[in-house]
Amino acid sequence: MTGAAPSSVLVVDDEPAIRRFLRTGLEVQGYRVIDAADGTEALDALRRSAVDVLVLDLGLPGIDGFEVIKRVRGGGSSLPIIVLSSRTDERGKVEALDLGADDYVTKPFGIDELLARIRAALRHRLQQEGERPVFKSGDLAVDLVRRIVTVRGEEVKLTPREYDLLRLLVAHAGKVLTHKFVLREVWGGESDVQYLRIYIRALRQKIEADPERPRHILTETGVGYRLRAPD
Amino acid sequence: MDDRPDRDKRPSPDALLKAAEQETRGRLKVFLGAAPGVGKTFEMLTMARAKRQEGVDVVIGVVETHGRVETEALLAGLEVVPRRRVEYKGHTLEEMDLDAILARRPKLVLVDELAHTNAPGSRHPKRYNDVEELIDAGIDVFTTLNIQHVESLNDVVAKITRIRVRETVPDSIIDRADEVEVVDLTPEDLVQRLKEGKVYLPQQAERAVRHYFLPGNLTALRELALRRTAERVDEQMVDYMRAHAIQGPWAASERVLVCVNEDPSVAAVVRYARRLADRLHAPFVALHVETSASQRLGDKERDAIAEALRLAQRLGGEAVTAPASDVAGGIVSYAEQNNITHIVIAKSRRTRWSELLRGSVTHHLIRRAGDISVHVIAEPPGPEVPESQEREAVETAARPASFELGAYGVSAAMVAAALGIGLLLQQWLSVANVSLAFLTAILGSAVAYGLWPALFACFVSVLAYNFFFLPPLYTFSIADPENMVALFFFAFVALIASNLAARVRRQALGAGQRAKVTDELYQFSRKLAAAVTLDDLLWATSYQVALMLKVRVVLLLPEGDSIAVRAGYPPEDALDEADLAAAKWCWLNNLPAGRGADTLPGAKRLFLPMRTGRGPVGVVGLDSDRPGPLLTPDQRRLLDSLMDQAALAIERVNLARDVDQAKIAAEAERLRSALLTSISHDLRTPLASILGSATSLGTYGKSLDDKAQAELIRTIQEESERLNRFIGNLLDMTRLESGAVEPRTDLVDLAEVVGTALERAAKVVADHDVAVDLAADLPMIRCDPVLLEQVLFNLLDNAAKYTRPGTEIRIQARNVGGGVRLDVLDEGEGIPLGDLERIFDKFYRVHAADRKRAGTGLGLAICRGFMAAMGGTIVAGNRVDRPGAVFTLMFPAQAEDAAGRERAA
Repeated sequence: MTGAAPSSVLVVDDEPAIRRFLRTGLEVQGYRVIDAADGTEALDALRRSAVDVLVLDLGLPGIDGFEVIKRVRGGGSSLPIIVLSSRTDERGKVEALDLGADDYVTKPFGIDELLARIRAALRHRLQQEGERPVFKSGDLAVDLVRRIVTVRGEEVKLTPREYDLLRLLVAHAGKVLTHKFVLREVWGGESDVQYLRIYIRALRQKIEADPERPRHILTETGVGYRLRAPD
Repeated sequence: MDDRPDRDKRPSPDALLKAAEQETRGRLKVFLGAAPGVGKTFEMLTMARAKRQEGVDVVIGVVETHGRVETEALLAGLEVVPRRRVEYKGHTLEEMDLDAILARRPKLVLVDELAHTNAPGSRHPKRYNDVEELIDAGIDVFTTLNIQHVESLNDVVAKITRIRVRETVPDSIIDRADEVEVVDLTPEDLVQRLKEGKVYLPQQAERAVRHYFLPGNLTALRELALRRTAERVDEQMVDYMRAHAIQGPWAASERVLVCVNEDPSVAAVVRYARRLADRLHAPFVALHVETSASQRLGDKERDAIAEALRLAQRLGGEAVTAPASDVAGGIVSYAEQNNITHIVIAKSRRTRWSELLRGSVTHHLIRRAGDISVHVIAEPPGPEVPESQEREAVETAARPASFELGAYGVSAAMVAAALGIGLLLQQWLSVANVSLAFLTAILGSAVAYGLWPALFACFVSVLAYNFFFLPPLYTFSIADPENMVALFFFAFVALIASNLAARVRRQALGAGQRAKVTDELYQFSRKLAAAVTLDDLLWATSYQVALMLKVRVVLLLPEGDSIAVRAGYPPEDALDEADLAAAKWCWLNNLPAGRGADTLPGAKRLFLPMRTGRGPVGVVGLDSDRPGPLLTPDQRRLLDSLMDQAALAIERVNLARDVDQAKIAAEAERLRSALLTSISHDLRTPLASILGSATSLGTYGKSLDDKAQAELIRTIQEESERLNRFIGNLLDMTRLESGAVEPRTDLVDLAEVVGTALERAAKVVADHDVAVDLAADLPMIRCDPVLLEQVLFNLLDNAAKYTRPGTEIRIQARNVGGGVRLDVLDEGEGIPLGDLERIFDKFYRVHAADRKRAGTGLGLAICRGFMAAMGGTIVAGNRVDRPGAVFTLMFPAQAEDAAGRERAA
């Protein structure tokens, strides 16, 4: 982390072992860590302290993770929320994201994975405050002002809808976007997920070096898509 | 007499069994009186109060005080169980509430008047049945009884007092009593009490009762009561001595046999036999000998025999029917085979003439009985005083008339034919020889139709012979005295011959019937042996019983803690409440219930338990439209043998089912233990590496160089991921088996799923070359992307595990006619042919010689489960172009969708 004040992360999980490991891992990276064991404690902590990112387990005793998201978003806050969820619980992930969570990490996870998500979430917040005109990630560059997309320096022709889709992904680079969210933003919510799959395939054909093993547009199976953020 | 085991000094098993039974049962005490009014109830209440003082939990089930002040005073302070009210024909009757007492479960209950008959609709017809149930439930009972109600003394008392008592109690209940107390009062005192009005007498019977209380009668009754009690005390002593192996003076091997025939007074003879057996401490058996003559008995006579046999059973004896050619011979041979020492037979009431003609059974018996004592009992003149509690008249359909016109017609025709032949033959033969033609006709008639048509043929033959052959011809007179003698001898020979032939015919008929029964039993056992399923078996049983006994049948088997109808002929699937109650009672108590039985006789059907040596297996219910007793003793025995066979067969099927269940359980057990082995191995191995590496880092972290530290950290990471995969597999398997997998079927881009699977499997296949070859024209497929990704991941994981590093794993997909086909090909050794299907079984692992790592045995099972859930298939095979395995997934074709068209546009 650069800059004066360290970002503070509120970690909410009922497992002491998880809280301990996250505190250690995050503090090493220069974050200030506050922790809470359940939903009530979490909401108290949010009222008392300034928090920059919320790392939230969904299965909490008492007030559960979904309820915490609802109350945070209900209060009008745009605090980045990263959800910790289990494999095979795609529905839980989608529900949390639809309620307003920004991203998720599947348990068990490595600390690097979580750090990448936290960074993406924080960056996104900064971007919203002062949007950059050109997005660059690896061999891909998107000029949002001139609406020009280049791969390895060569311009790629996109249909207007493909461009809208890519722009949405760029705007949320590093963050997972649910099918529902993308459909609503690009198609106005009146379409089926298979249209989205077809456009993603087309887009990959145009911007990926190997469309079978995409490096830019990543599939989050059963949840949605994520554009790889620049490192 | 013979060598009975009483000789050795071990306790007799029967006696011990009896003693053991006594311990769980309640105790029965009978207050026995010689006549009403001797103070039994008073004595019983006095004893009960004494028990109460001792702290025993005493209640009154039913006590009749008949308004006597002293008796009522004794009731004070004793708990009375309220009586049950029964509505019957407009009257309200009060009966002892058996269920209330059973629910109350006192230590001791007082039940007055043991011989009482319960109101119709009660559970048991008689109060003594109620008492037996109470004792069986472990409740002690005090009860009262007058001597004239004892079954075996019934006719003795009737003779003394000239009053037949309608309500009787079987001797067995007195034998079962643990204690009998005689409430004694001298006749003089009793008469005095009667005069003072202290004896309760029903108004209407006053005149008769006065006769009853004549001092002479009372003395005789008193003696009876005392003697009966003394006999019982004697029995108790014998039981005690036997149980304790004390050598005693009892005649251990006495056995009494009583001969039963159709005479209406036979009941008195049976009762006599019971008293004789009692005095001798001997068992007794009632024998009916079935001869050819028995075939001709009417239904009334058959019922008399059946009733006498049932009476013997009620009195504690055994009832037997044996076939024989003559009565005396049958009795003697049975007696010799069964070590009978005493035979009881009624003195014949036949006329001297009849005895001369047909012989006297009694005389034959005495002559042939050898060292067996024969008791000839004088039968009371005429039928017995009719019992007031008369059994229902048996209104069976009358037998078809034995007079068959056809038989006589044919017999006449046979004689006519004989006449024709005789007329022809007389040209060559003497007249005397012509008679042989007639004899042939008579014998033919006897063999074909029996005695009466043969006698008719005989008569006609004599007339015809005389008319046509004896001079003067064509008249019925006879000239020659010689011919007269010849005709007489002809008639005599014809009579004897037809009689003999007819007897042979009857015996043949009887044998034929028995053979038919035997054959049907044999067929039945074959049918049972052939029945595989329980339903076949039950159907065969109910059909056979219905056929052989001409009744309607239902079979009930246990279901849960009750029983339910499982088969019936004609088919029946529900019983009304009364029948169901009777069936349940029969099942729970292993005793008959319902129509004609002692318990719940109001039910429409008679229920009998079906049992084997191992215990009860079910209940059979019978009914028919015929009024009266359902079965004769013969039919009852036939039913018993049918039921024994059926019960054994049912048990056999049940055992076979148990064996099957045990096999299934064993298979489940094998899987469970395989699961445990797998879990303990697959969970512990990575955990061991993780724990080992972590402790190494913790303890020696500082002294280890960077490379070693990185190595340990990599181990922890890789093994954790492996553990995670395994747990994922276990969870998937659990979800599959619990039916929790609900695939979302979206239209999915196969290339996209292949991409994510490869991404997830990147580390697993890092040492292999992965080639992806997807046709450009692949349509979208309908599947759940999450499940398909897991299937592909497992296949990649599997391929990596069973092939050498550096070899190629190829994923190729093609659009084939019926849908999309996806192959995962590797360059390993392939799959042994016999394992191609088994590798999809849970916990099945192919033992590769140089395998790097054990599989979990779950991956492919999950693949098959997930593919099936999505409507696709997965099969394993071997490559044809080179060694290696190939797993083929098939996805059915989808109708061309709107998205495809839009994309094309």
